[in-house]
Parts: sequence; structure tokens; C-alpha cells
Amino acid sequence: MLRLIAALFLMVSPLAAEEIVLGLSRDEVAITATFNGSDVMIFGAVKRDAPAPNGGPLEVIITLSGPLEPVLVRRKERVLGIWANTDAVEVDEAPSFYAVATSAPMRDVLTSVEDLRYGISIPRVIRSVGAPSDVENAETFTEALIRIRAAAGLYQVLDSQVDMEEETLFRGQITLPAALTEGNYSAHIFLTRDGVVVDDYETDIAVFKAGLERWLYEMSRNQPFWYGIMSLMIAISAGWLASAAFRIFQR
Amino acid sequence: MQIYLPIAEVSVNAFLLLGLGGLVGILSGMFGVGGGFLMTPLLFFIGIPPPVAVATEAVQIVASSFSGVLAHLRRKTVDLRMGTVLLIGGLTGAAVGVVLFNYLKSLGQVDLLVKLCYVVFLGIIGGLMFVESWRAIRRAKQVNAPPVRRKHGLVHALPLKMKFRVSGLYISVIPPLLVGLLVGILAAIMGVGGGFIMVPAMIYLLGMPTKVVIGTSLFQIIFVTAFTTMLHATTNYTVDIVLAVLLLVGGVIGAQIGTRIGVKMKAEQLRILLAIMVLLVCGKLALDLLLVPSELYSLGAGGGH
Repeated sequence: MLRLIAALFLMVSPLAAEEIVLGLSRDEVAITATFNGSDVMIFGAVKRDAPAPNGGPLEVIITLSGPLEPVLVRRKERVLGIWANTDAVEVDEAPSFYAVATSAPMRDVLTSVEDLRYGISIPRVIRSVGAPSDVENAETFTEALIRIRAAAGLYQVLDSQVDMEEETLFRGQITLPAALTEGNYSAHIFLTRDGVVVDDYETDIAVFKAGLERWLYEMSRNQPFWYGIMSLMIAISAGWLASAAFRIFQR
Repeated sequence: MQIYLPIAEVSVNAFLLLGLGGLVGILSGMFGVGGGFLMTPLLFFIGIPPPVAVATEAVQIVASSFSGVLAHLRRKTVDLRMGTVLLIGGLTGAAVGVVLFNYLKSLGQVDLLVKLCYVVFLGIIGGLMFVESWRAIRRAKQVNAPPVRRKHGLVHALPLKMKFRVSGLYISVIPPLLVGLLVGILAAIMGVGGGFIMVPAMIYLLGMPTKVVIGTSLFQIIFVTAFTTMLHATTNYTVDIVLAVLLLVGGVIGAQIGTRIGVKMKAEQLRILLAIMVLLVCGKLALDLLLVPSELYSLGAGGGH
């Protein structure tokens, strides 16, 4: 029954088009020496050519995803009384940061079919093609990845934390943690009705190191030898300075 | 005050790092150890990625050892000749150790090996030192105890003898070279300056006086860790200079204070304190290996196959 409604709705939706008009509080995040996390406000309105169609209420899902990268997940096991890394599974693609905010509980906002299609919830974003066949319970590795990153505030599920007014205006806030990696972050907004995506909109937020941070990072990569020498010079002169200062102090 | 570290890519409290640097610096100046074996686990604990922690720690050790050595040089408690001989062995050993480290890394169990190395060596050295210095303290209390005569062992029978005036030794250069080589290999594998192995080796294997040992150990640590820093900076790009500066500001000041405390203490007391500290770190690491970890899984950078 639900599927039928969904199918019907898909047919109807191009006619009763509901489109996202988006605003962002910032489209770039500069990481400077004193960077201590940052809030990104994502807000927008729904543009309609026709009156809102009948059916369930219009809901919004906002996701913010960091760059995708492969991650190696290792598992410890007891070997001869000692806890050692034994099995390892490489997860092909996992975002360095991922937040998903919704205007109502996730299960009411999105069907699992649509989730699979668009890749919205955290388990659907992470792509693991296959673990080596000799590893048991390979899915626990992906679960562990989500658990560890969620504990570090890198994966956030913000259920019912998007404000939706009059099925037209929506507003959500995502807090980026202090330990952030560089890259192009993508903000993705989905409008859903009865668990089916009606419209989606994607935009980029650039996260980059700035100022001294940028300069030091570039130098460590482009002139590693001189970067090393510079580090040593700082170390030696600091050592000498402290020694000289203490001598004066003692006289 | 939070500060974002450009290479480690984490945000940390600046005052916490200054404090940690100071604490480890004091120990460094007192005992002649670089403090890497203490600082590296502490950095892991506050969330610095392990490769960055190991590489950056080397920079801090250079700073605090240099600061400490200057203080010892003024007191003439550095045997430069012995230091140079140890250093020749040490650098050769470090080069061998890096090759060995990369080979073990390709086998995939390097983390465990490093930890086992720590537990075994810290345990043996800490235990031996504790027993020896305990006996020395007991002996010092008995007024009429006979003085212990140094035995003429293998150290004196080998060829290529050399005079080490500051240490008051006339021995073959082969044992110090070997000690340097061994410590260099271990230091490279374990990612530390090797002071906590070097100091007991100089006292018990070479028979150097404790007061001279500390300055001499610091002297050779400067060069070994400077070499390690360059290796890390040019091959792994893991030296975080902002983290290093925060640590070394505390470290160099701590080293000066530590040196002054060390001079006022008796040699046996110094040795027994170092032994206790080494045993504590050893016990902590051993527990980590034996107890059920709270999280069985760990994350690493992928795509490296």
C-alpha cells in the first residue's frame, strides 16, 4: 500500500513541483590557529508553482559531509594472553565528517528504499565493497567505525532538529568540531513527503587552513628538509634561551 | 586556550601542553632521559595521532636535552669524549633501526612489537636499577660496611683503550660503541631518544659515575633525536611545529629546574626514583596489553595496501 502511494506520488511530483531555495550562514570555513569548531546555519524556503499537494507533511533532511576517504579498521583479539591487532577491514569510502539533521524522526521522514537510493543515513553513506573472506562478522567493522567517529563528534545524528515552519521555511544548524580535516564539504538538502524525496539541492562548503596554519602545512609538504631544519633551529634556540635566562635569574 | 595544530589536525588546550612539557622537562633534566617514553603515551592520550606524536616528541627532546646539556656543561659534568664515542655507535644503530622498523612495518605487527619492546626493556632495566639502588641506599646507612671495589671485567681486557678523564675511566672504546649501537637500534624502533636505556647502560656496563652519566646521555640524545626529527620530517611529514613549540617552551624551562634538583640529590636516590618511574610506565603498558580494551576496534588511514 505504502509503495503504491509512493509510486503514485512519484508520478505526480513533477507537476506539483516543490523546489528548494537555499541560504547558508557561510560557504567557507577557515581553520586558523585559534579555530575551535564552527557552526554552520543552513536555511531555506520551499518554492511552489502550485498549492502544496495533499498527503503527509513536507519534511526536510539536511546532511553535511566531509571528504570521502578510505579507512582501515582493525580489530584486537587475545593472542597468547596479549591483546593484539589481528583482523583488519578496509572500508572503501567513509566521510571524515558527517551530520544528518531532520525535521522529524528519521523513520517518519525517509523510507529505507529512498535512503538506499540517495545514500542519506550514516550507514548508507559508508561504502564497504567487501571484507576479506577470512574475516568473520565483517559488518561489525563498519559499525565500529560509526561508533568511534560518533563518540568523537565526527558523525552526528540530529533527529528532529531542523525547524520547519508552514511547510515553507526551514532552518537547521550543524556544529563542526574543532578537530576538522580540510576539503570540500558538501551540504545536501532533501525535501520529502511521505518518506519519498521530492526535491534535493547540493552545495559546497570549503573547509581550509588559513594564515600561519596554511603556510606551515604547505612548507612541511613542499620543503620538508627546511621544515625539519627550522624545527631543529627553534628547538636549539629555545633550549639555549631557557639556559641563558636561568643563568641571569640565578645571579 | 584552544589551539589548532596544522599537521596533527586536532585542536588542543595550549596550557595543558605547556604543563606536560614542563613536567617531562623536569624529569629530563633530573635523570638525563629525553622523556620520550613518558611524553609519547601522554600525547596519544590527549588525542594526538600516534605518528605525529612520535615525530614531534623528537623535536621537544632536542630542545630540552640542549637546555639540560648547557647546564651540565657549566658544571663540567659532561664527558664529551665518551659522548662522541657513544654517538658514533648511536647514529649507526639508529640507521640500522630505521631499516629494521620499516621491514617490521611491512609485516604489519609493528605496534605490538614496539609495545612489547617497551614492556620488556622497561621492566628489565627498571627492575635491575631498583634492586641495585635499594642495596646502595641500605649500604650507605650502615656506617661500617666495607666499600665496594670495582671489578676488573671484560671492559678492561679489550684492546683500543682510551682515557675518559671526566668519567675517570681508562677502558676500551669497543663497549661504549656497542652500547651506543644497541641503544640506537632500540631508540629507532621504539621512537624515543633512548636515554632510559643509555643511562643504566653507562652506569652498570661502563661503570661511569652517575653525575657524569646524565650530562653525557643528554649530549648524545640531542644528536640522535635531531637525526630522527629530520627522518620523520622528510619521509612522513609528521612533525607538527606548533605542537613542538608548545611542548618545548614548557620542556626547556622544566629541564633547567630538573637539573638543579638533580644536582642536590644523592646518586642512589636519583637512580631509585628513575627506576620507580620506569617501572610505573612499564606496568601501565603491560596492563594495556593484558586487560580487555574498552574498544576492540581502531581506525587507521586506508588505501595503504
